Amino acid sequence: MTANPLVAIRNVSKKFAGVTALSDVSFEIKRGEIHALMGENGAGKSTLIKILCGVHKATRGSIALDGAEIVFDGPQDAEKGGIRTVFQELNIVPQLSVAENISLGSLPLKSGLVDRKKMLERAADALSGLGADLPLEARAGDLPRSSQQLIEIARALMGEARLLILDEPTASLGENESRQLLSIVTGLARRGVAILYVTHRMHEVEAIADRVSVLRDGKFIETLNAPMDEAIIVERMIGRPASSLYQHSRREPGRELLVVSGLGSATLRDVSMTVRAGEVVGVAGLLGCGKSDLARACFGLHPVQDGGIKLDGEQIARPSPAGMLERGLVYYPSDRRTEGLVLGRPLFESMTMGSHRPARITRKGFLRTQKEYELAHSIAEELDLRPMQLDRTSGKFSGGNQQKAVLARGRMRTAKVHLFDEPTVGIDVGAKADVYRLIDNYADAGHGVVVISSDLTEIIGVSDRVYVMREGRIAAHLTGADITEENIARSFFAAAPA
Amino acid sequence: MTTTLSPERTVTPATARRSLQFILTTGLLPALLILMCVVFAIVEPRFVDGSNLLNVARQSVFLLLIAMGQMIVLINAQLDLSVGATVALTSVVVASVTAASSGGPESVLLGLGAGLLLGVVIGLVNGCIVAFWKVPSFMATLGSTSVLTGLALIISKGAPIIGLPMIFSDALATSSVLGIPVPVLLGVVIAIGMGIFMSRTVPGRNMYAVGGNRAAALVAGINVRKTVILAFVLCSVLASLAGILLTARVGSGEASLGASFVMLSIAAAVLGGTSLFGGEGVLWRVVLGVLFLGVLSNGMNLLHVSSYIQELVIGMVLIAAVAAERLKRVA
Repeated sequence: MTANPLVAIRNVSKKFAGVTALSDVSFEIKRGEIHALMGENGAGKSTLIKILCGVHKATRGSIALDGAEIVFDGPQDAEKGGIRTVFQELNIVPQLSVAENISLGSLPLKSGLVDRKKMLERAADALSGLGADLPLEARAGDLPRSSQQLIEIARALMGEARLLILDEPTASLGENESRQLLSIVTGLARRGVAILYVTHRMHEVEAIADRVSVLRDGKFIETLNAPMDEAIIVERMIGRPASSLYQHSRREPGRELLVVSGLGSATLRDVSMTVRAGEVVGVAGLLGCGKSDLARACFGLHPVQDGGIKLDGEQIARPSPAGMLERGLVYYPSDRRTEGLVLGRPLFESMTMGSHRPARITRKGFLRTQKEYELAHSIAEELDLRPMQLDRTSGKFSGGNQQKAVLARGRMRTAKVHLFDEPTVGIDVGAKADVYRLIDNYADAGHGVVVISSDLTEIIGVSDRVYVMREGRIAAHLTGADITEENIARSFFAAAPA
Repeated sequence: MTTTLSPERTVTPATARRSLQFILTTGLLPALLILMCVVFAIVEPRFVDGSNLLNVARQSVFLLLIAMGQMIVLINAQLDLSVGATVALTSVVVASVTAASSGGPESVLLGLGAGLLLGVVIGLVNGCIVAFWKVPSFMATLGSTSVLTGLALIISKGAPIIGLPMIFSDALATSSVLGIPVPVLLGVVIAIGMGIFMSRTVPGRNMYAVGGNRAAALVAGINVRKTVILAFVLCSVLASLAGILLTARVGSGEASLGASFVMLSIAAAVLGGTSLFGGEGVLWRVVLGVLFLGVLSNGMNLLHVSSYIQELVIGMVLIAAVAAERLKRVA
C-alpha cells in the first residue's frame, strides 16, 4: 500500500452508560469510493456516523484521516477535516430561500451586510456542481423533500469536502427522486469525494456501492466488494441464512369487508376499491399519486367530497379515526415519529394509547396499570420488539421497534380491516420479515389487509391483488400472474388518458 | 497504536452532566425546598411555629388549586391565561348571589354551585374556542381574560360587593375539621383526586398523549377535541373554586382578585417540572412547586423583606426554573 486510505477506522468502541453500542470496529474508506454501511437497526450505524462527524467521542480506538490520527472535539472539527454529514432529519429553515439555506451558517458578508449577489452565485455553483437545478430564490419549505435534500447536500459540500456521509438519504423519497439522487451521488464519487452511504435499500447498494461494510450488534462483520450478492449481505446483517423475506399463504377470500366507491377529494379522483376478508390488497404508485390519501380517507383523516365508504356492510357517513377504530378498521401511519408515537413518553403508553377500553385494561373508569403493562409486554413479545424495556421513552427505540409498537395497536382490539401505510420504510430486514409475517397472519385469520407501498418488491411479495394509482386515480387493477414489476411500473408512467 | 482519546476526558463531562440531570429531574426541587425551610428556621425561629406552618398551607391553597389546573392545561400543550380573571368573575358572581340569598346554610351551597357552574361555562368556552376554531390558547385565553375582567367590573360596578352572609365565610374560610382548616382539607383532597385522575384514568392518560403528540393521539383514536376541552374545564373549575374560597376568606366580592395567579400558576407548574411544550408533568411535583413559592413568600414576610423585593425574587425564581427545564432537555 502506497497511499493511505482517506479514513481509517481502527478498533473503535463506544459505550453509553455501560451499554456497548460499538465494539472494536475497523474498516477503511478510500478516496472517491461509494462505501455502503449496512446493518439492522441498533447494529451501531448511527453511533459510528456520529463518531465520524464529531458528535460522539469513541470510548476506545482511533480514527485516521489521510494517515494522521485525529481527535474531534465537536462537529466543527470534523467539518474542518472535510467530513460532512447529511442526516435523515433535514436541517432546513423552511422560511428561508434555497440560496440562504445553502449558505446557512456561513453567509457571505460585504461590509457587515449579507452579500446577496455572492450568496446567489455560490448557491448556483454548488447546485450546478451537483447537476441539480433548483429555483434559488424559492422558499425552501415550498419545495419537495427531495429538493430540500439537495439543498442540504449542496451545503454539506461547501468548502472542501472529502467524505460525505449520507444517512438513509432516500428513505422518504419516491422512486424517481431516489434515482436522481443516486446519480448525483455517483457523480460526486467520480469527482473524488468519498461517500459513506447508509441505507436499508438493497437495490441501491447493488446499483451504486463499490464496497459494503456490514455491522451487526455493534460489531464489524465484513467488508464486501462489488458486485454485491443480496443474499450474502442479508445473511451477514442478520447472522443467519436469509430465507424468504415474504410469507404468503394460499387462501380463499371471503366476503367484502371494505368497499370504497367513487371517492373524490382534493387529491383523489373517482377511486373505487374492494377489500375482502382473508386477502392482502396492495396499493402501488409513485409519491403523490394519492395512495396514502386513499387509506387516510377510509380512516377519516383525509376529507372527501364524493363517494362512499362501506365497512362490513355498513355505510359510513362521516368516518373519524375513533369511529373507524371502534368498528374494527385500523390505520397504521407511514410516519411513526409524527403520527404513530408520543416520543417523549414511555413506549408502552404509545402502544396502549387510544385502546385502553377495547383492550379491557380499565376497571370502573380507572386504568389497571399492572395489566396494561403486562398486555403491552405480551404483545411486544409476540412481535419480537427489542429491547423489552417498554418504560423507556419511545424516541429511544430504533425505527423497526418503533414500528412494532405502532403495529401493536391492531392487537389491542378486535380488528377486521388493517390499512398499512408504507409499513417497512426505514426499518431493517429482520423487522421487515416480522411485519410481513404479521400481515400474512391477519389475512389468514380472515381479516382484510391493505398494504400501501412505494416498494415494488414489497407489493409483489405480499399482495393477492394490486391496485396501481396514478394522479389520484386507479390506473390499473392486477390479479394473479399479472402482478409483475413490469405491469405495475408501466401503470405508474403510462400517459394520462387523452 | 496510540489511543488518542483519554477515557478521563470523555467520562468526566458526561458524569457531571448526568449528576446534574439527576438533580434537575429528581432532586433539585425537594432539596431546595428543604434547604429553604432549614435556612428560614435558623434565621427566624417563628417560621417553624405550628400556627405559621398552618398559615403557609392556608395561603398556598388558592395557588395550589389554580396551579393544578394550569398543569393540566400545560400537559395538553396549551396555556390558560384567564385563570386570574376567572377568580375575579367568580368572586363577584358568588358574592352577588350569596349576598342576595336568605343567609341560611343553603346560601353556602348556592355560592358553591354558582361559582363552580361559572367555572364549567368559562372552561367550555375557552376549550371550544381552542379546539374548534383552532385559535392558539395563548390568544384565546388572553381574549377571554379581558372579557371576564370586563364582566366582573360591569357586575360589581368597580366596587367590592359586600353583605355576604356570615355563614359563607364561616363554612368555607374559618371552620376546621380535626384542627385542619376546611380550605386546606379541600386542597389536599382535590390534589389527591387530581393525581389519581391524571395517572390512573383514561382521560388523564389521554391528556399526556394529546400534549405529547397531537397527531399521533388522533390517529390512535383519541378524541383530541374532547380531551382539550375537558382540560380547560377542569382548569377553570379549579380556578373558580379558588375564587370561591378566596371570596369567603376576604368576605367580599372583588373584581380585582386573582390577577397575580396567572404568572404564579405557570411558575409553580414549571417549577414542578411541567413542560411548556406539553406531554410532561407530574402532580405531586406541582404541589412541591406551590409549596416552594408559598414558603418563599412566607419566609420573606417573616424576615420583613419588602414586597417590591419579593416581586423581584419570584421573577428570578421563575426564570431560573424555566432555564433549568431547558438545561434538562439539553442534558
